[in-house]
Amino acid sequence: MNIPVEAYFILSTLLFFIGVYGFVARKNLISILMSVELVLNAANINFVVANRFLFPEYLEGHIYSLFVIAIAAAETAVAISIIINVYRQKRNIDAKSINELKY
Amino acid sequence: MEYLTASNIIFFILAAAILLFGILTVTSTKILRAATYLFFTLFSIAGLYLQLNYEFLAAVQLSVYAGGIVILIVFAILLIKGLGEDKEINIGQRRIMGLVAAIVGSFTCAITIIKFGFMPEYETAAELTQDVDMQMIGQTLMGTDQYQYLLPFEAASILLLACIIGSIAIATKSKEINK
Repeated sequence: MNIPVEAYFILSTLLFFIGVYGFVARKNLISILMSVELVLNAANINFVVANRFLFPEYLEGHIYSLFVIAIAAAETAVAISIIINVYRQKRNIDAKSINELKY
Repeated sequence: MEYLTASNIIFFILAAAILLFGILTVTSTKILRAATYLFFTLFSIAGLYLQLNYEFLAAVQLSVYAGGIVILIVFAILLIKGLGEDKEINIGQRRIMGLVAAIVGSFTCAITIIKFGFMPEYETAAELTQDVDMQMIGQTLMGTDQYQYLLPFEAASILLLACIIGSIAIATKSKEINK
């Protein structure tokens, strides 16, 4: 008896909603960024598992996961530079204290 | 007892590690520990890719996520003072809102997934032993035919260039403002 494809999908669903919980409940920006990484990884697991189990002769999910990883790296770099910029201006990085667009 | 084959046990261990470290990532009060738990989560996901015979993707996951993004997050944590603890995490209505959203959403999605009934003739992971060779991945990434992805590859390279320039611009602009 092997692991059915639904088990992988439920694993990625749980990981996604762990990320959603962190996105809502955490209050500083770096924790929110880490929750977003969890959500992106859940989406990656979905792509890979759908590719591997349902269409194993193609590579679409594999390539999409590669692009998601590349874009996540870019997103993290820009987000961290914005967070450090916010810290320089406000001296903290609470999500609640960032309530204006212009300095 | 028929569930207790080696690959199933590996899957259960990896799934338990992913969920446990994921929960610890979003609930840990010390943020540097949360970053470490995030590293372990990404590591376990790379193990899941290895179990599905996607070696290249597991290597990319390890080198870009675990090696790059987590290190970047740790640098940011160490650059920002007074970020040791996240004290308000255990109180307030945001936690309840997050819990409600997560539980309702995961139950809805899980019921939908179980009831959907994927193709019954799909193969299972133990039968998928053929490797995805590197030549096929390279031709898929760099080809211009149908189902080949040269244009998104180049777009991603332009995105990375724009991201490097943007990060430098954001980081240096604030210095001038502070002066």
